[in-house]
Amino acid sequence: MKRWIAFWNILLKDMRTYYLKPPNISWGLIFPLAWTAMFFIKSGSGLESISSILPGVIALSILFGTTSLLAVTVTFEKKNRSFERLMLAPIPLELLMLAKTSGAILFGVVNAFVPVIMALFLADLSRVAWGAFAPAVFLIAVASTFLGLFIAVAVSEVFEAQTFSNFFRFPMIFLCGLFFPINNLPAFLKPIAYALPLTYGADVLHGAVHGEHTLPIAVDLSILGIFCIGLFAASLRNIKRKWIS
Amino acid sequence: MAAPGLDRGYERHGVNKMSDSIYVENLAKSFEKIEAVAGISFTVRQGELFGFLGPNGAGKTTTINMLTGLARPDTGSIHIGGIDCTNRAKAAQHLIGVVPDESNLYPELTGFENLCFCAALYGMRKPERQTRARELMDVFDLTPAADRKFAGYSKGMKRKLTIAAGIIHRPSILFLDEPTTGIDVASARQLRQLIADLHREGTTLFLTTHYIEEAERLCGRVAFIVAGRIVRIDTVEHLVQPVQAKHVVQIACNVPINGILKKLSAAFPDSMFSAAGKDRIRVEADQPIRVGELVRFLEDQGAEVFEARRMRPSLEDVFVQITGIEADDMRREKGKRGGTT
Ligand SMILES: Nc1ncnc2c1ncn2[C@@H]1O[C@H](COP(=O)(O)OP(=O)(O)OP(=O)(O)O)[C@@H](O)[C@H]1O
Ligand SMILES: [Mg+2]
Repeated sequence: MKRWIAFWNILLKDMRTYYLKPPNISWGLIFPLAWTAMFFIKSGSGLESISSILPGVIALSILFGTTSLLAVTVTFEKKNRSFERLMLAPIPLELLMLAKTSGAILFGVVNAFVPVIMALFLADLSRVAWGAFAPAVFLIAVASTFLGLFIAVAVSEVFEAQTFSNFFRFPMIFLCGLFFPINNLPAFLKPIAYALPLTYGADVLHGAVHGEHTLPIAVDLSILGIFCIGLFAASLRNIKRKWIS
Repeated sequence: MAAPGLDRGYERHGVNKMSDSIYVENLAKSFEKIEAVAGISFTVRQGELFGFLGPNGAGKTTTINMLTGLARPDTGSIHIGGIDCTNRAKAAQHLIGVVPDESNLYPELTGFENLCFCAALYGMRKPERQTRARELMDVFDLTPAADRKFAGYSKGMKRKLTIAAGIIHRPSILFLDEPTTGIDVASARQLRQLIADLHREGTTLFLTTHYIEEAERLCGRVAFIVAGRIVRIDTVEHLVQPVQAKHVVQIACNVPINGILKKLSAAFPDSMFSAAGKDRIRVEADQPIRVGELVRFLEDQGAEVFEARRMRPSLEDVFVQITGIEADDMRREKGKRGGTT
């Protein structure tokens, strides 16, 4: 019980001090809007293209929403030493890091629904398979949060965390089949695509929204789950090795 | 094990790693080429106020970090409250409170919120946290600033809140890393009172400092640590005993001190003369010092004597004797620090 009080309060504090701040909220709204608009203009097509664009916009909203937050909740707090206070608390490191990340996961999930709500007004979403859509959104949020955590732990400055995560984020826009099918990629880029977690998440979203996907949904979700566990374990290992040195 | 005769505050055979609050054996840690802590052993008994006294870079903070789970020792073993936490940093963290040398609270939270948050980390429920936070804000005279952001606190206020945060969960063992550094004289005094109160209430305290007077006034036992090694551990009482028998006088006068010391030694062979600052001579002897003769001698040498004062020998003298480090150097080390009244 005691550790859950700690867990909940860490989560609550992060939400109050970081997530519910106007910059983060507006970022969460404007970003998906901008992407949607851009692809509309680019594709030059009408409203019927929404369902093919939506999965990519959702995935990006989650990816950008979550990864940038970890630079603050983890790297910044490590830098100003308040993280030490958390390390001194009698709660297992695993639980502590879950508390530090679940706010970002939640934020990612909420971000995913911003483009969905906008699309509701513009297109017919009645054929969307929500049973596959929901776990995909959740797992994409978890995987990108843990990717952000992995980066945040690997660096010591906030700006490094930002730079480093862009190094991952921007290639993912093009490599993970968000807007352009992976099959259209040059052969040498395909293995890279399949090494990135977002590829599997995007595949499920495409399947859920308009029915076209490459791998069986269960396989996609399992691989995404494995990425989540792997990234979290690697981050914890790094914290133990580098921060308690 | 500690070198024979080193840990003399109480007999080492009375030491018990299961019942002592802190039991450390052969603890060592290096950073690349720097040997920060070089194999130290000591014990702190339940309810004791233990002082860790040493100059900058002696390894005090590194030791605290290892004991509290923020750093991993290279070798050695640690028991806290009877729990072996050598390779299990988390095992005894519920027993301890830590006041770090620098504030590490949240700048964007208010003082009150900071305390409540820290209490929550130890699983305290909301009504209990708030009552306790208010109580501590009051104890530290911070109630008027309770709803101000921590970022806007003055240095001394930050320090006080950091200490409050360290004791919010009423730990049975408290680590304090230079608690009175950087605060004003009145606050430092208040803080020492608080430390003494905690001690009286039964809290085990591990206190690092480079204020010798502070260690002397507060601590039951002290360890002198220099360059990562403990050079002496004993009760303050035992440590000052040999010097207490001595007679010490300080004379202020306006002659070049170095020139006159030799002459004095020749004229008064039973006494020891040394410089204590740029216009003070320190005289030490086993017998009462006949000040009149000394003053006459100095005046014959053309010196003008302003003052002759009998000094009470203190832990400072022992520290200088054992470590070879001048107390003035220790004092100068942190120029920005607070007073020691
Ligand atoms: N993270 C680190 N990396 C490299 N060297 C370190 C690190 N931490 C401490 N040291 C070195 O270890 C030695 C002991 O440092 P420590 O901070 O324990 O001293 P201290 O007794 O607390 O000094 P102070 O009175 O200045 O606080 C110093 O030489 C310091 O430079
Ligand atoms: Mg220190």
